[in-house]
Amino acid sequence: MFAYIARRIVYVIPIVISVALVCFLLVHITPGDPLVAVLPADASQELAAQLRSAYGFDRPLPVQFGLWLWRAVHGDLGNSIATGRPVLSEVMRAVGNTVMLAIAAAMIGFTLGLLFGLIAGYFRDTWIDKVSTSFAIAGVSLPHYWLGMVMVIIFSVQLNWLPAVGAGPGGSGAWAWDWEHLRYLILPAITTSVIPMGIVTRTVRALTGDILSQDFVEALRAKGLRETEVFRHVVKNAAPTALAVMGLQLGYMLGGSILIETVFSWPGSGLLLNSAIFQRDLPLLQGTILVLALFFVLLNLLVDIAQAAIDPRIKRS
Amino acid sequence: MRNEKPKTTAAAMALAFALGAGMVPADAETVLRIGMTAADIPRTLGQPDQGFEGNRFTGLTMYDGLTMWDLSSSDKASTLIAGLATEWKVEESDKKKWVFKLRPGVTFHDGSPFNADAVVWNVDKVLKQDAPQFDPSQVGVTASRMPTLVSARKIDDLTVELTTKEPDSFLPINLTNLFMASPAKWQKFYDTAEGADAKARSQAAWAAFAKDASGTGPWKMSSFTPRERLELVKNDNYWDKARVPKVDKMVLLPMPEANARTAALLSGQVNWVEAPAPDALPEIKQRGFALYSNEEPHVWPWQFSRVEGSPWNDIRVRKAANLCVDREGLRDGLLAGLMVPATGTFEPGHPWRGNPTFQIKYDKPAAQKLMQEAGFGPNKKLTVKIQTSASGSGQMLPLPMNEYLQQALAECYFDVQLDVIEWNTLFTNWRRGVKDPSANGSNATNVTYAAMDPFFALVRFLQSGMAPPVSNNWGYINNPKFDELVTKARQTFDPAARDAALAELHAASVDDAAFLYVAHDVAPRAMSSKIKGFVQPKSWFVDFSPVTIVP
Repeated sequence: MFAYIARRIVYVIPIVISVALVCFLLVHITPGDPLVAVLPADASQELAAQLRSAYGFDRPLPVQFGLWLWRAVHGDLGNSIATGRPVLSEVMRAVGNTVMLAIAAAMIGFTLGLLFGLIAGYFRDTWIDKVSTSFAIAGVSLPHYWLGMVMVIIFSVQLNWLPAVGAGPGGSGAWAWDWEHLRYLILPAITTSVIPMGIVTRTVRALTGDILSQDFVEALRAKGLRETEVFRHVVKNAAPTALAVMGLQLGYMLGGSILIETVFSWPGSGLLLNSAIFQRDLPLLQGTILVLALFFVLLNLLVDIAQAAIDPRIKRS
Repeated sequence: MRNEKPKTTAAAMALAFALGAGMVPADAETVLRIGMTAADIPRTLGQPDQGFEGNRFTGLTMYDGLTMWDLSSSDKASTLIAGLATEWKVEESDKKKWVFKLRPGVTFHDGSPFNADAVVWNVDKVLKQDAPQFDPSQVGVTASRMPTLVSARKIDDLTVELTTKEPDSFLPINLTNLFMASPAKWQKFYDTAEGADAKARSQAAWAAFAKDASGTGPWKMSSFTPRERLELVKNDNYWDKARVPKVDKMVLLPMPEANARTAALLSGQVNWVEAPAPDALPEIKQRGFALYSNEEPHVWPWQFSRVEGSPWNDIRVRKAANLCVDREGLRDGLLAGLMVPATGTFEPGHPWRGNPTFQIKYDKPAAQKLMQEAGFGPNKKLTVKIQTSASGSGQMLPLPMNEYLQQALAECYFDVQLDVIEWNTLFTNWRRGVKDPSANGSNATNVTYAAMDPFFALVRFLQSGMAPPVSNNWGYINNPKFDELVTKARQTFDPAARDAALAELHAASVDDAAFLYVAHDVAPRAMSSKIKGFVQPKSWFVDFSPVTIVP
């Protein structure tokens, strides 16, 4: 197991370097001036040159990348052009808020997804299956930002039960785990959970149906195992794939949703990316993408290890 | 008798409840909660980013300039008034030198005095590269708005001399963009800042200052959560007692999405939103919220190419385009009343309007006649290509509005092609000009502009020397009359005569149909009916001081 983990960690290194290179280059090849946040279009040529030099954008691209990577390795992602604040602290604050939202959404989405998927798979081609599958299709088909807006209209504007925007009465900096704050989390978490719920339902339904049709299940039943025991075996066999899917979904959610976080003004990484994109704030954009990509890489690593722990065949292969 | 006691108790409880519900303690805190359109809190260190919305919320609230805008009237054009300077004049012997007398007795929020040293320090923060407080991040948004200012020199504690690189009568207007931050407060941060060198310490000091800012304005920073909220409290010691805020606290919340802002207002999370979602206006009104709007110094134009071969070089074509657009129809239909038809950069009543002889209005027959005279007709259409964006600050509804123009101008024998690109790219291309490949063969660009001061409103577009890469004369307008009038306005130092010269320049630009003038934005905002005393001036800015909240 240790050798397996070590090998997987070694694989991660070239991936991380590639990710860093891609996210650095991607934001540089987009059109527009990286100094647009601090340099109005009517600024003089002299002023533009002065600022370009002050921010280091007059250096060759490989030099810029080298310096950026060197600083990033040392934990310094530079300062935001627009705000002057350190990128790392901006990103970590936003990621913290997104993690909170993602975990809440995962709890809702994965629980419902597993429940609907197992039920639908077990009662395949019955009305129970059709109802569960309908939920799943609705989950993956509805535009989640639209659903968010509809829920805001119903629960905030019309019923006045839950707040429409924000991350607590005093902002995320004053977050507390009480009802006064948690009510701000409900609508964005439900909205975020809808897609993973649908995907997990569909995956688990297919897995369950597939496993139930395999010979070993018949053998288990022939041995006289109770149906709950058989079901336990089915769940265990479905777990590695379901776990991989949930890991990927959690990764997507940890990446933050620009649309959902914008609809709810939730101060997470999606809203931060939105702001960085519109302000052409290259250091912030690069730093945010890098941190999120690293999260994804890390999460994949953890899922791989967890899969190997659950299913020894993976480790052996 | 048995029923009397419960009845009495119930009545007493009802009375107590009614009194309790209706009673507001005399010292109850009144709070303005404002949903801004910005995606982030504009910078708080003195020179805000995010355009004039930044100045509105974190500039003019916490800081003052030497000169200010009069924001007290919704009828008159907003004009220049004294701020931290009480009077100013240009030196007769050298028109590049100005003497400003400073307001006595003004203190920063930290208690340190405002004086000539503070003015010199604040000029140096953006113009003197070897000054410890020089901050490149503040230079762009400041220096470009006062392009001729070179330096400042203290004469005595309450007198300062400002020098420009050329005679420039616009300087007092431009100085509304230079906000006075507290040197003493910054120095305190600088002295304790950590950093490898002076530059790093300076950056650290500015970062600390942004979190605990100090200006001289009517509002003081009380708490700041980056990207989420900024809380300001009233400054009881503000130097202009008439403008001490009447509300205790103001909370600024970034809400870039229009529907989210509107929902926050309708659900009572905020009591004021900027630019509510246009399709929600009927519901906002129906629920009893107050809607405000007014003509803003903003222009939604097509800026024409005037390089060789451009179809817009024919004045008949330029005038025809201006006459072929039903602006009232655009206002009442697509924009639900949220625009003012543009008949120039400035409308009648503005001191810089002048008396143009070309009247911009909807006159399709006249437009068709002009086009026929220019050689076009139903069977020979003039193809023009417009570069625009799908969204963007101040762009209003760029695509639907351009499609409206496309349909309107088709009736006057124009074949309008749209080249839609991303907003920041369009904005960057604006500076590169029509000759740059980024123009992609277009012969007009659709970038909206603020028209607060003469340089931004007129000079940067009309003066031939402002052609790319110098400034925003995107289409390379080269009209000697404009150049002459710009020079005249810049070198006329009596304010009334300067305004007359600017009016002459503006009238000349309208007579030349320099742009296709379409609309002025009206800065819509919606607020609770409990908010009283608000005046929406004809400006990008507002004064929050007279606002009250009734229980």
